[in-house]
Amino acid sequence: MKKFLIALLFAPLTAFAAGAALHLDKWPGAVSDKAALQNGAKLFVNYCMNCHGASFMRYKNLLDLGLSEQQVKENLMFTSDKIGDLMRVAARPDEQKQWFGAAPPDLTVIARARGSADGSGADWLYTYLRSFYRDEARPTGWNNVIFANVGMPHALYGLQGYQTLNHDTHKLELVKPGQMAPAEFDKTVSDLVGFLVWMGEPQQEFRETLGYFVLAFLALLFVVAYALKKEYWKDIH
Amino acid sequence: MAGGTFEKYKSDGSLAGNLLEWVDARFPATSMWRGHLSEYYAPKNFNFWYFFGSLALLVLVIQIVTGIFLVMHYKPDASLNANGVPIAFASVEYIMRDVPGGWIIRYLHSTGASAFFIVVYLHMFRGLLYGSYRKPRELIWLFGVGIFLVLMGEAFFGYLLPWGQMSYWGAQVIVNLFGAIPVIGNDLSILIRGDFVVGDATLNRFFSFHVIAFPLVLIGLIAAHILALHETGSNNPDGVEIKALKDEHGIPLDGIPFHPYYTVKDIVGVTVFLMVFSIFMFFMPEGGGYFLERPNFYPADPLKTPPHIAPVWYFTPYYSILRAMVWNFFGLDAKFWGVVAMGASVVIFAFLPWLDRSPVKSIRYRGPLTKVMIAIFVVCFFILGYLGTLSPSPTGEIISQICTVFYFGFFLTMPWWSRMDKFKPVPDRVTMKK
Repeated sequence: MKKFLIALLFAPLTAFAAGAALHLDKWPGAVSDKAALQNGAKLFVNYCMNCHGASFMRYKNLLDLGLSEQQVKENLMFTSDKIGDLMRVAARPDEQKQWFGAAPPDLTVIARARGSADGSGADWLYTYLRSFYRDEARPTGWNNVIFANVGMPHALYGLQGYQTLNHDTHKLELVKPGQMAPAEFDKTVSDLVGFLVWMGEPQQEFRETLGYFVLAFLALLFVVAYALKKEYWKDIH
Repeated sequence: MAGGTFEKYKSDGSLAGNLLEWVDARFPATSMWRGHLSEYYAPKNFNFWYFFGSLALLVLVIQIVTGIFLVMHYKPDASLNANGVPIAFASVEYIMRDVPGGWIIRYLHSTGASAFFIVVYLHMFRGLLYGSYRKPRELIWLFGVGIFLVLMGEAFFGYLLPWGQMSYWGAQVIVNLFGAIPVIGNDLSILIRGDFVVGDATLNRFFSFHVIAFPLVLIGLIAAHILALHETGSNNPDGVEIKALKDEHGIPLDGIPFHPYYTVKDIVGVTVFLMVFSIFMFFMPEGGGYFLERPNFYPADPLKTPPHIAPVWYFTPYYSILRAMVWNFFGLDAKFWGVVAMGASVVIFAFLPWLDRSPVKSIRYRGPLTKVMIAIFVVCFFILGYLGTLSPSPTGEIISQICTVFYFGFFLTMPWWSRMDKFKPVPDRVTMKK
């Protein structure tokens, strides 16, 4: 009876909590996939870092992806930066603001910021990067299904080709294919998103590993503490 | 007993014994130990609900120790660095990435903030269940309400420091509320901010409050809370005064020394608590977006108002009550009445000792009316809390208004319903689980 009453009281909440949700495609990747992360790092440096910085990341953090210092220097660093430097963008934020109207956001923790009730930050990014379409009304010539009137052009245009939005079906249609087949492009975006997720918290895998050790220690401590309590309390009735 | 007199320590002739005798002659070392621990008699029938006092103390220590280390690298500076990111925001990410072990310290502190409120809410609910605020423990309760208020301030000031979007706009919304107070409101909110908008001056004064002023007041109030508790002795799940029945040595028949009995028991509680805490900290440090709100991973931008500003979960019940007030009474703005209702919803806890007129303390010997009233109150508290996390909506507004009426109704009608109930006879001695 009590449970029923509580359910009745909460019922109206569930009814309107389900508001207009954004449909996001689930990110198919995993942060544990080192090869994918390395590919993602390459894509990030080549396609994103011309405008977006990752100014809380150091190049040397990329060594954690299983790359050698030599590999990072030769493949992922194009300026006179040192390996211990932050992955910043060459353009100054105030200049960018003049050029684009708004400075492109720093992407270090973007995967953490983009999470919502609709899906994880990774889901949002995976959907967003695949949802650009031609829109001549926009200054850049590009628009995005899940980020209306976005200021950013389609940076991966060469890879994906271009899509248009069919306004009757609200579906995207690939009009001119790019260098990659759709499945290949999806995998590429997934790798890039994987890198962004990893970069949001580079120690996330170690955090969970450490967590298991901490829990194992606490479980052991619990056994000892419980036995101690039982021993002291055996005469208390 | 606390406040009683104990004999000074006499050395057994050993070096350690001589040292302790020397100290004890100059400092109440052994008398404090005996009065507050080894000869402080607590009822022997404490249950699950009695863990949360010591756990609150544990979380306080976690917050203070991690806070000390965070301050070593955190920079309360709203100006932008060369990459266009506020220095305060960048310094938090610096702690997360470049300071060895920094992420552990930071997650301990951010998870600890939510854990503090969970533990304190459960601690307060215990008081409500067993009438722990009733005579002679009114002052303990009042100090407790004071602790709760200071803790809310401490959390509010601390939340601005990462200087993310929610930090910034949450502070902006809350400080603007003071502007709703007639006559002095506008000047008051400028005084709090130190500027016309939340800015560097605000960040620095909130930092000062968060790391110095409020922790000092908090520790003082907690000391008073515990001293008052040890003066009257603890209540218990039966609501029986154990001091009423004593043996020939003046020791309560149902009392056991806090140390070692409750120290060893609390270690078990601490271990279980730390396991739950670790599950959050190591596997879901964002707490599903409730412990660390996702928009707070965007640096504060005074020119970009987020579409939905929600306070952290522990403030949402009161935030809902604030939003529930939509009427302009007596020519004063609805916002002002919202602030009044929100303030009242917190302060009203202080009146519990005088609102509760029940002849018995513990819910164990109170009837169905009390149980139903407490259940409705808890459900309303949760609904208000949930609504506070959502964007305003017409349905939400009506539900929050109904829940606000029930919330205040619970307290304001308590003098009547607490007396009308059916009661069971209270035993002379505490009861133990078989």
